[in-house]
Amino acid sequence: MYKVSATQLTDVLNTLAGTMDVFLPIRKDGQTNFGLYAEGVQADFDTLKTVKPPKEFFLPQSESLYKGVVDGKDIHIEPAAFADRPFVVFGMRGCDVLGMEILDKVYLGEPVDRFYEARRGHGCVVALACGRPASTCFCKPFGVDASDPQADVTAWLCGQYLYLEPVTERGRQLTHKLEPFLQDADAEDVAEYRQEIRERLEALPYNNLSLDALKDADMLEVFNSPVWDSVCDACIACGTCSYVCPTCQCYDIKDYNTGDGAIRYRTWDSCMYSDFTLMAHGNPRKTQKERFRQRFMHKLVYHPSTAGGQLSCVGCGRCVNKCPSSLNIVKIMKSLGVS
Amino acid sequence: MQEQLRILAGKMLADGRAARVLGWKRTDFETAPEPSFFTAQDDLSELVYNKYCAANLSGFMIGAGKRDGVTVVFLKPCDTYSFNQLVKEHQIDRAKAYVVGVSCGGNAKVEEMEDVGWLERCLVCTKHDHVVYDELVLDESLSRPEAQDRFGGVTRLEGLQSLERYEFWQGELSTCIRCNACRNVCPACNCKKCVFDSAKYDTAAKANVTTFEEQLFHIIRAYHVAGRCTDCGECARVCPQDIKLQLLNRKIIKDINELYGEFQAGQDTETLGPLTAFNADTDAEPSIVHTRG
Repeated sequence: MYKVSATQLTDVLNTLAGTMDVFLPIRKDGQTNFGLYAEGVQADFDTLKTVKPPKEFFLPQSESLYKGVVDGKDIHIEPAAFADRPFVVFGMRGCDVLGMEILDKVYLGEPVDRFYEARRGHGCVVALACGRPASTCFCKPFGVDASDPQADVTAWLCGQYLYLEPVTERGRQLTHKLEPFLQDADAEDVAEYRQEIRERLEALPYNNLSLDALKDADMLEVFNSPVWDSVCDACIACGTCSYVCPTCQCYDIKDYNTGDGAIRYRTWDSCMYSDFTLMAHGNPRKTQKERFRQRFMHKLVYHPSTAGGQLSCVGCGRCVNKCPSSLNIVKIMKSLGVS
Repeated sequence: MQEQLRILAGKMLADGRAARVLGWKRTDFETAPEPSFFTAQDDLSELVYNKYCAANLSGFMIGAGKRDGVTVVFLKPCDTYSFNQLVKEHQIDRAKAYVVGVSCGGNAKVEEMEDVGWLERCLVCTKHDHVVYDELVLDESLSRPEAQDRFGGVTRLEGLQSLERYEFWQGELSTCIRCNACRNVCPACNCKKCVFDSAKYDTAAKANVTTFEEQLFHIIRAYHVAGRCTDCGECARVCPQDIKLQLLNRKIIKDINELYGEFQAGQDTETLGPLTAFNADTDAEPSIVHTRG
């Protein structure tokens, strides 16, 4: 383990930015989101959760797939280039790192998504321990240790130092770039801080949810549960929960008319939307109840059935925090028997 | 007041005058009550009313009016304007609604379940009285936060150079994630099929592809609710990125006030809106094109 004086954080970031794109949390107009670091930009490592999850650097909200250009009577197809620039997402929280693991199962499983694969291949993740977890957090039931998040590098901002523990080969290469600033440190140096975090987590209302009720859930039984009839009453069918979710993975493919052709691009989609999976015959889920149910069936039943039981939720609590109608996945899990 | 509302709701359900009661339900967090339909008296212990009951329930009455029986709905003073406007637009079946006006001392702004002060709309609130109700449950002891100038923000923007103003909106709107929460929560946005959800047109978009597109979405929406927006502030409340959407709507309200005379959408259910009441024989053109170029 290494440590860097917090006063040298800017030097560290500038050094990294010299060889790769650095994305980190930046506060703007009262909200914090991951953005591109440049000299002079102030990083915000105090805010626990960014509004948008950092999955966007691997799965952008919208990205071009190819362009069709009309040239006389011909149409030329120009495929979009794969990402080839190295980057680091600096300060990802443990929940969001687990979110990437879930996306990997979908996008790196056969058939491999080449756009995602290229970004994953060029991206390094520095995970930051959560000094002050919030009351909406519930990552522990999903196996996340917010005091010791595992990514390419694990980081702790504790006292006057930034502590760095490289975990993977890619992480070691990254910390190697920072050698001039590094001092040796010991795991003991962050032990007390980690203990403090664990104690804070224990005091949170959702920290010890038991997910046993969802294990081996019978798909049809859950699907046909009367719970769905009323649990979505307050849902206004917006896409907030989907777009702030680190595991939501569905996209739509659309064409953009450029005047002399078209750009075919894909964009994050939300199963809450009326045109989600719209097909020639119409929409397979005609009511909000069905669309609402889809979101939670996917996360709590469908995904686990293909991923060895792993739920497609990481307990980040963004939906708990942001739903306009105070609905969220915990409420749904509880109505399905979680306690 | 909460207890009074529970008793009232209980009576309405017990004697069969109401099929359901639309109110706010307790959740795991005091600061995040959930809009909810109550049909059983036993559930009314979950009915809450406090400063965190910010959700404007008027929009839910569109759907409630299509169900059998009468729905009791609790409305704060500002919510009643939305309700009236929806009655005016024939979206709510007035006969199937029993409106209970409830006092409001302002709603709290909540971040990460923490109370962080007042919602902006409550700091500039001008809607102190209920404009529609069947019954009132009042608490005179509630006091409102000190009022600020409702159009102060708009006036400040008007004072900027056009490029500065452009940069301001560019900054605000570029953070939009196109979750459509502003549109879906808006009582005035009650089109059955929104142009932004139609696959037939190039306007259909879920992506924040370009800032141009973001501006289109928000500006088209603002113009579509022009003259109908009651300034209930729900759009700004629910925006996950805290975009100052109220400024966009209020600019149009201010322009309408200045061009056509003071107008408050939802004040009543009869008066035609200034943008829908033009009479070519008697009304003079405001000639905005000529005066502003």
